[in-house]
Amino acid sequence: MTPALTIKEVSHSYGPRKALDDVSFSVPPGSFTVLLGLNGAGKSTLFSLITRLYAARHGEIEIFGHNIMREPGAALRRLGVVFQARTLDLELSVMQNLVYHAALHGIGPIEARRLAHAALARAGLADRAKDKARALSGGQMRRVEIARALLHEPRLLLLDEATVGLDIKARADLLALVRELVQEKRLGVLWATHLIDEIADDDQVVILHQGRVLATDRAQAIIVEQAAANIGDAFTHITGAAQEKLSA
Amino acid sequence: MSEIAAPSGFTLRQYLICLSGVVWREGLRFLHQRERFVSALVRPLVWLFIFAAGFRQVLGVSIIPPYETYVLYEVYIAPGLMAMIQLFNGMQSSLSMVYDREMGNMRTLLVSPFPRWFLLGSKLLAGVAVSILQVYAFLLIAYFWEIEPPSKWGYVTVLPALALSGLMLGALGMLLSSLIKQLENFAGVMNFVIFPMFFASSALYPLWRVKESSPWLYYVCEVNPFTHAVELIRFAFYEKVAWTSLAIVFAYTSAFLVAAILAYDPARGMLMRRGG
Repeated sequence: MTPALTIKEVSHSYGPRKALDDVSFSVPPGSFTVLLGLNGAGKSTLFSLITRLYAARHGEIEIFGHNIMREPGAALRRLGVVFQARTLDLELSVMQNLVYHAALHGIGPIEARRLAHAALARAGLADRAKDKARALSGGQMRRVEIARALLHEPRLLLLDEATVGLDIKARADLLALVRELVQEKRLGVLWATHLIDEIADDDQVVILHQGRVLATDRAQAIIVEQAAANIGDAFTHITGAAQEKLSA
Repeated sequence: MSEIAAPSGFTLRQYLICLSGVVWREGLRFLHQRERFVSALVRPLVWLFIFAAGFRQVLGVSIIPPYETYVLYEVYIAPGLMAMIQLFNGMQSSLSMVYDREMGNMRTLLVSPFPRWFLLGSKLLAGVAVSILQVYAFLLIAYFWEIEPPSKWGYVTVLPALALSGLMLGALGMLLSSLIKQLENFAGVMNFVIFPMFFASSALYPLWRVKESSPWLYYVCEVNPFTHAVELIRFAFYEKVAWTSLAIVFAYTSAFLVAAILAYDPARGMLMRRGG
């Protein structure tokens, strides 16, 4: 089966500073993959490369087999993204934000409204369609961003630190919503986070540290391999060992 | 899994949907920001009603093409003020691109599967459409100040000139927005771009007057793209074509546009070098 996302030997640097070093992993369709790393690990850089905001200096990125640089149109139309920064236009209503996004995917306004109503209902925000985006809470904005990212029916969803700034309930609700989507729509999800408690035992985990992938496996397998009590401890072991190796 | 088998290309209709969506969004933002519309109108009107009235007696304008008789100073500077509206709009648009990039909105545009040149071109056209609306609102008010073309056709013939000059200034703004990393840096660029472009042009005084007082400044004005945008608009308002200015504005537009598209290109652009 073609992976939803394939990252092959990707390296990237800003001037002399290396942000990503030979990063490789894949996200299968219908899976929830966590990209776990501390702030500054390179998660946002990787997202910028996957979304073609800029190009990787080395390596290949494919979305359902379509190379992001050689076939950007085919790759990006299968991709939905929720960025770390809020990207709703606060001056526009929720519906207008969604219709605008749909237009950016070649979906006309009538079809866009139909899809938007369905997506908002799925996100539990059916009654907020006419409200200005600025009138929403942080958690509601994130839900609208997820609804927007799914509007063009992508098969791969990227979420970059989507729960940052949300309260405990909003975080839990958001995470539950995305996990349901994986089950219901067979979406491949890449969930970038630095929050350990967002990881379930069955999740595929990619540990990114200082631009390098240190581990890729099921969370439970990583815990067992590190003889750790939980994924938090395993992460500390792995990154600590890498840091020692680097210092030596 | 229908998406996996979905065709990679877009139809012409989908391109039009995307273009109209970008223009629609820009129009909505403009309508929601009433102060932007008001300030876009107040600026040239202040120049017209106060500056021009005050300098009417000081700055005489001889008979120069496209005028066939002596004209009031207010009449002379009107095309310059139309171009000024577009200059400010182009810079405002680039300011919003810097803001959008900082706030993340720009990313939603750039991750669209449509070609990047098309997305940037759509954004540019949306800005031009808004600037043309502003110019016509200005002309409506100026009409009551007896500033009007020789015949009503002037309002029609000036439209393509406004479209081209708007494209040139918008493309320049887009290029500048790609070079600016943070919003705070933009104020400096405004001072170093808007004011020199406006004052070192034929917007406020004919170039022969500049040449009399400073030949080198005259040459600066001659290569200033804004001078040629003003002259293109001036002639078009009088149902004439300033061929040299047309060629120069076209050349500058192409150059700025290509540079802006390259600057936003993921593999070559400035964004990549600066890390976003």
